[in-house]
Amino acid sequence: MSLDDFLLAFFSLDILREAWPILWQGLRMTLLLSLLVVPLGLVGGVVLALLSTVRHPWVAWPLMAWVDLFRALPPLVLLVFLYAGLPFAGLEVSAVGAVAIGFFLNTGAYYGEVLRAGIESVPRGQMEAARSTGLTRGQAMAFVILPQAVRNVLPDLISNTLEVVKLTSIASVVALPELLFQARQAQSVTYNATPIMAAAVIYFLLLWPVVRLLSRLENRQLVARG
Amino acid sequence: MSGWDRFLDSFLNARVAWEYLPKIVEGFGVTVQLALCIILTGLAAGLGLAVLRALGLRPLNWLIVFTVDLFRALPPLVIIALLYFGLPAAGLSLSGFAAAWLALSLVLMAFAEEIFWAGITATPRGQWEAARSTGLSFAQTLGWVILPQAVRMVIPPLTNRTIAITKGTALASVVAVPEILGAAQAGVSFSFNPTPLTLGAVAYVVLFVPVVILGRWIETRFAWKR
Repeated sequence: MSLDDFLLAFFSLDILREAWPILWQGLRMTLLLSLLVVPLGLVGGVVLALLSTVRHPWVAWPLMAWVDLFRALPPLVLLVFLYAGLPFAGLEVSAVGAVAIGFFLNTGAYYGEVLRAGIESVPRGQMEAARSTGLTRGQAMAFVILPQAVRNVLPDLISNTLEVVKLTSIASVVALPELLFQARQAQSVTYNATPIMAAAVIYFLLLWPVVRLLSRLENRQLVARG
Repeated sequence: MSGWDRFLDSFLNARVAWEYLPKIVEGFGVTVQLALCIILTGLAAGLGLAVLRALGLRPLNWLIVFTVDLFRALPPLVIIALLYFGLPAAGLSLSGFAAAWLALSLVLMAFAEEIFWAGITATPRGQWEAARSTGLSFAQTLGWVILPQAVRMVIPPLTNRTIAITKGTALASVVAVPEILGAAQAGVSFSFNPTPLTLGAVAYVVLFVPVVILGRWIETRFAWKR
């Protein structure tokens, strides 16, 4: 295969021009989806992290089982189970609904573990000092503990968010028209690999700055520890 | 039939479960096989890149950092799609298994390189100088002094990353690999009953809950001690 053939198959400008409107729709859907599932996961994570501060065994054990269950199930399995399984239980869910529930359960468990580590990294004296100034437990948690906890685990939070945005690509499996799905559609219409290559390039350009930032934060963390 | 009975009949139908159990068990074998292949090649390639990076050749290091960034930024499913649906356009056809193996190995390679490299740079400089002054060559120093310490330090993050990426084996169902999820989905479409999906989810839980717990144990056992 000559270089020209290769360029024509993977980097054809004509094909790109033709496929661009479809890809653009996909990119917008990927961004919208990220704006939906990242906050959902964060809310789930905060709830799980707050529950983890309750020491009662009736809370602690089910919580651990819950987190381990949703960390053990691959997100795609969860998504397919929700999308293909729930209708049999008489619950018709849309693709977006299945994605939202699945990400809430899965990424919530991951954010929960990160935030729990953050809360545990804040010295106990902080809570006691805050309470002694007259703040309620809730106020102390919200205004004293959580801000410090978030700062302490910021690289992990960003890293998790990066994984969540990448993970939105599995929504293509339940026919949600995000970037990967649209690229596959465009490919099957044009019989050319350029749209998928374009999607990969878009993902890379979108997420590369985040990867660079993380790399620097992680290095700094190592240096700070050493 | 009450609602509960109907629910059981759909999701835990004994007849369907018995019929499709062998398929799920076969899928279990494929998943384990794929996971082991990925872990082996991914970790070896990651370690190899980290060692190459330790040589300190500028242009080579830029290339390594770029490769690592690339496979950290791209969603695994996009890489699988590119390899499986895109490569045939270059006259190169990969089986679904090979595409998933290669894609997830590259992803694990990228993350593993970062982690190994962090361990190498975290080993105090004095170790290099002391080892070299005893007459060890560069390669001997790296292999017998630095790497043993570096690898031990990074075992917890490496384990967690490896587990997370291994769960990506479920993505192989998208390219027609009959692993657990693929076998379960085929079962659902043949039996018009979601019980195979329940079995599949159970299979993943059986496979990964011990792994998640093992990861947690390793994290405390090899905790970063200074």
